[in-house]
Amino acid sequence: MESKKLNLKLKIWRQKNSNSVGSFVDYNVTVSPDASFLEMLDELNNNLESQGLEPIAFESDCREGICGTCGLVINGQPHGPIPRIATCQLHMRNFKDGDTIWVEPFRAKAFPVIKDLMVDRSAFDKILQAGGYISSNVGGAPDANSILIPKEVASEAFDAASCIGCGACVAACKNASAMLFVSAKISHLGLLPQGQPERYRRVERMIKVMDELGFGSCTNTYACEAECPKGISVKFIARMNRDYLAAKLKASKSEVA
Amino acid sequence: MIKLDSKIPSGNISEKWTNHKFNLKLVNPANKRKYTIIVVGTGLAGASASATLGELGYNVLTFTFHDSARRAHSIAAQGGINAAKNYQNDGDSIFRLFYDTIKGGDFRAREANVYRLAEVSGNIIDQCVSQGVPFAREYGGLLDNRSFGGAQVSRTFYAKGQTGQQLLLGAVASMNRQIDLGNVKLFTRREMLDLVVIDGQAKGIVVRNLITGEIEKYSAHAVVLATGGYSNVFFLSTNAMNCNATAIWRAHKRGALFANPCFTQIHPTCLPIHGESQSKLTLMSESLRNDGRVWVSKFKNDMRHPNDIPEEERDYYLERKYPSFGNLSPRDISSRAAKEVCDEGRGVHGGDAVYLDFRDAIKRLGKKVIEERYGNLFEIYQTITGENPYEVPMKIYPAPHYTMGGLWVDYNLMSNIPGLFVIGEANFSDHGANRLGASALMQGLADGYFIIPYTMGDYLASYKPSLVETSHPEFEKVKNDVEDLTKRLLSIKGKRTVDDIHKQLGRIMWDKVGMSRNEKGLKEAISQIRELRDEFWSNVNVPGSGNDVNQTLERAGRVADYLELGELMAIDALHRNESCGGHFREEYQYEDGEAKRDDENYSYVAAWEMKDNFNWELHKENLTFEYVKPTVRSYK
Repeated sequence: MESKKLNLKLKIWRQKNSNSVGSFVDYNVTVSPDASFLEMLDELNNNLESQGLEPIAFESDCREGICGTCGLVINGQPHGPIPRIATCQLHMRNFKDGDTIWVEPFRAKAFPVIKDLMVDRSAFDKILQAGGYISSNVGGAPDANSILIPKEVASEAFDAASCIGCGACVAACKNASAMLFVSAKISHLGLLPQGQPERYRRVERMIKVMDELGFGSCTNTYACEAECPKGISVKFIARMNRDYLAAKLKASKSEVA
Repeated sequence: MIKLDSKIPSGNISEKWTNHKFNLKLVNPANKRKYTIIVVGTGLAGASASATLGELGYNVLTFTFHDSARRAHSIAAQGGINAAKNYQNDGDSIFRLFYDTIKGGDFRAREANVYRLAEVSGNIIDQCVSQGVPFAREYGGLLDNRSFGGAQVSRTFYAKGQTGQQLLLGAVASMNRQIDLGNVKLFTRREMLDLVVIDGQAKGIVVRNLITGEIEKYSAHAVVLATGGYSNVFFLSTNAMNCNATAIWRAHKRGALFANPCFTQIHPTCLPIHGESQSKLTLMSESLRNDGRVWVSKFKNDMRHPNDIPEEERDYYLERKYPSFGNLSPRDISSRAAKEVCDEGRGVHGGDAVYLDFRDAIKRLGKKVIEERYGNLFEIYQTITGENPYEVPMKIYPAPHYTMGGLWVDYNLMSNIPGLFVIGEANFSDHGANRLGASALMQGLADGYFIIPYTMGDYLASYKPSLVETSHPEFEKVKNDVEDLTKRLLSIKGKRTVDDIHKQLGRIMWDKVGMSRNEKGLKEAISQIRELRDEFWSNVNVPGSGNDVNQTLERAGRVADYLELGELMAIDALHRNESCGGHFREEYQYEDGEAKRDDENYSYVAAWEMKDNFNWELHKENLTFEYVKPTVRSYK
């Protein structure tokens, strides 16, 4: 099962904290093609630590592509060169012996760097906390089968809900827009019958907070969809825009009335 | 002297919870706001508890070491969630779910708790649907179900292979609503490092701010731990990188009893270890064993390509040993059988892996059908291993997955420390010696949505606990203890890395306190763990400082705890002279190799109290079975 190891040159972004200026630092590694990208970094860190040096800070958790914790820009691409996977699912067999690999954090005004490859994505949660839910107290729910939902609708809502909140869409966008992320949540809830009562209030509130947090606007380059590890479709952005317009029209109508 | 009182209500099992709810004291709505409750952890149990306590009007402070509540490891659960809805009209009932869970747990769980779990299971599905969880549906718009191991009915609700994700996003959304309304305050990137106990009651916690390194104190009328299990004591497991035992272990060191620590679940279908650099093991859904056949070569160290090994030289050992259950034998049995053939040297290329082969299924059903059934799993496999499972058999091996043991709690989910509640995988309560598939999600949400909101009120109304200022000397003392520990870890400056020592501990645990245990091995494990603990405290190297982000320091604290917990797991396994569920003692088996349970002497919960210098005192809670008569499990 032993495969020939790869010799690689890594250029990794090091930055002490959010207030300091960072730079790329070179590291040479030898790694098994069966290792994952993050296991390569684990090994590098273990070597640094055994020399008493500070390891490279990067985040990861489930290492199965579902928790959304990991996220590196590898050779200019969020989550690396292979489509529809998170960084933790990238394996070294996708690189060649002798390659040079550039490793950077996700970069966006709304995602400040904390240290090395770690960024602060708490802005995402602030948007979700501004109405990204269905108000349903425990104890008051009707029997689950009393709400009929066509299979196609449930399935489309699921596709939107499968967002892992990693932020690759923002990192991929030249405007650092969060439209794909926000529209995925708005579509998940807005497609379902349970989400109707708060549908228009929700879209207005979430978009307002999104704008306040410094995310850019959408100019339809679709880089977000291309880099999304779950392949979330930009059609949800169009859906959100329609809902937003409808919400504004409703609001102006009620003002006139 | 600790006296264990399980507080199981009297009466018929089907009326216990209803009567108990009526007898519990209430806090009037206007007074709820005056109470502050700390919840640690934001997985299914923690997020659902935070949301529900917030809805009731309590002032909730919720803590997670993640950057976002949604990262908690419940997110990675694949298969589904059980509920006794009987939507399929196939004979399911609360009693059947209760019965299956008690039997699946090999008669080492409390009947009253398990019955209540089954009783509230249906409400969980109602609640999740009302929040917008997009469960799988049939064409008519009704909810779809599938079946899972250990059950003869279809009671599992699912959302593709991402059920945990959808349930967690639902619970976190409910919590987000309470954050929006101002009832819950969420503290991210805070790791609980100690519990503050004053006059015998839990009064608060001490956490490390993982960004600034600051040690912070928080006080409350009650503390709820929802911090998950401890499979990462094995280093390699299916748990996420940051899952750890620190919160429950530090609470244990402050007096909370630890129950059944040796009850750990090893899942049979995971990807095998590929090399020294491996960081975790990936679960492959058990459903693959519906069509895949498990085999190894009949010869030791067979280096041939699997497709070159002829039929008559293959040993389909599960089909051979357990003809009636075959490849779908239960988790504990299948895991042990794989270990046995690999220990004989008959694993893949003489190593630790067995084949899971779809060749015959593809021949019988066609590639298209297999692709429809398992396409996404085959893709995951190929992404990780680089091998095409349609052409080459998968390689699998068992891996630590779930821990049934945890902090001891009574029927109210309160530990022996008044005011300290423990919910979800962090407690020991519902799964006995072996958990059934799709039951972990059920328990986490049952505890958080439907149990803690009632029992918390009773504690507050009965004990009328006071709120202690964080300037109290005990808070200061605990904070100093935590700071001293941090300084100590940073000052050792030895030669070995944290991971290096953790891997060595994992090897000891896997070899001697893993799938198969014996007296000699357990005794060796105990002395080796003690030696390794000394080695850690004299020769580990934690670079950097305590004043900013220091991930090595975070890991070092967790490994320090594993080096103590590992010993207790071995002690518990050594004292339990029987085999049951995930605990297999080689000395206690029938002639055919089946587990030999000893109900006469071991039908109890082993709750351990930590004394000074790593001496533990055993307290026993006897288990009685009034409704399900203990029987021998056989799968021949």
